[in-house]
Amino acid sequence: MHEMSLCEGVVQLIEEQATVQQFTSVKTVRLEIGALAGVETEAMRFSFDAVARGTIADGARLEIIDIAGRATCPACTRTVDICARFDGCPACGHYPLELIAGDEMRIKELEVQ
Amino acid sequence: MCTTCGCAEGDTKIEGHGHSHDHDHHHDHHDHAEHGQSHHASHAPGLSQSRILRIEQDILSKNNAYAAENRRQFSRRGMLVLNLVSSPGSGKTTLLTRTLTDLKHELPMAVIEGDQQTLLDAERIRATGAHAIQINTGKGCHLDAHMVGHALESLQTEDRSVLFIENVGNLVCPASFDLGEAHKVVILSVTEGEDKPLKYPDMFHAADLMLLNKTDLLPHLQFDVDQCIANARRVNPGIKVLQLSATTGEGMAQWYQWLQATRAVTLIGHVATAAGE
Repeated sequence: MHEMSLCEGVVQLIEEQATVQQFTSVKTVRLEIGALAGVETEAMRFSFDAVARGTIADGARLEIIDIAGRATCPACTRTVDICARFDGCPACGHYPLELIAGDEMRIKELEVQ
Repeated sequence: MCTTCGCAEGDTKIEGHGHSHDHDHHHDHHDHAEHGQSHHASHAPGLSQSRILRIEQDILSKNNAYAAENRRQFSRRGMLVLNLVSSPGSGKTTLLTRTLTDLKHELPMAVIEGDQQTLLDAERIRATGAHAIQINTGKGCHLDAHMVGHALESLQTEDRSVLFIENVGNLVCPASFDLGEAHKVVILSVTEGEDKPLKYPDMFHAADLMLLNKTDLLPHLQFDVDQCIANARRVNPGIKVLQLSATTGEGMAQWYQWLQATRAVTLIGHVATAAGE
């Protein structure tokens, strides 16, 4: 359940932003989470409400944008979709592939007032 | 909440670290850098209408900043720092106590112990004569760089020493949290099953060295060593694998060789830095 700590990280970053960007409430938090980031998005939603309670992010809606795993194959140079780090190339079977997307865990944007 | 660095320690307890909240401990390992990458997508000053702020900030950026600060300290002091990760029960503490006992006249070493509860492991470590400090994470399932930074304030460590950080037994969460270490070392015991690297790929991907422990039990088990190593290499082609038994001592010499060689490399960097200052 490191999603709880990740949510604490999100709330801390929001609190820092609130000082710098001068807002007093948060309507929406948009995160980008990669399929290979090791993050359970349902646990993230569950944790966020609990962690945000009593903070500037209390009551904010959490939107999670899923980023699919993408990789290039060094053997056949194709760019392919992958579901796990050890997936081989669906075209030629080669592994390992070079990950180009899917391990993100980012706060993309905030809708604030 | 800690007023200096804003840390809400929650359930985390660091042995000997009172953390009373009128404290004066200096968090000189924190840089408290503000993150300046955010931009206004739209901004209507003075109006309380909603606006979108583009943040584009890594959720782990705070942890990563603390880890970078820890790493700077380790580098400045010529310390080799290893983050030991595994499932509970893989034999990490036995591996450590044996290592500390066998190498005590050859290497200066210290240990940060991470567990959810109890001081038992730090006590086992201290029984070898090494300095150790226990971090209890409470409900937390991993150590983070901030806890390690605090532990370093209380733990006696020598320059040019080896610091082992024994993470909470968990093959999932510790993979994501950089502590400032030079290498993650994953310990897998042969009683666990050869498919662990495929079931928990993130950890085996993040580690540079895998210690396959409890090899003395192999005659009693159906464990395919070659398959296990192939699985680890499938996730991480560069991973180095050593087979050993911390109980019987078989294979420990290779681990000590790896430690000595890796420390020698760390010290080459340190000498160069010291000369350059």
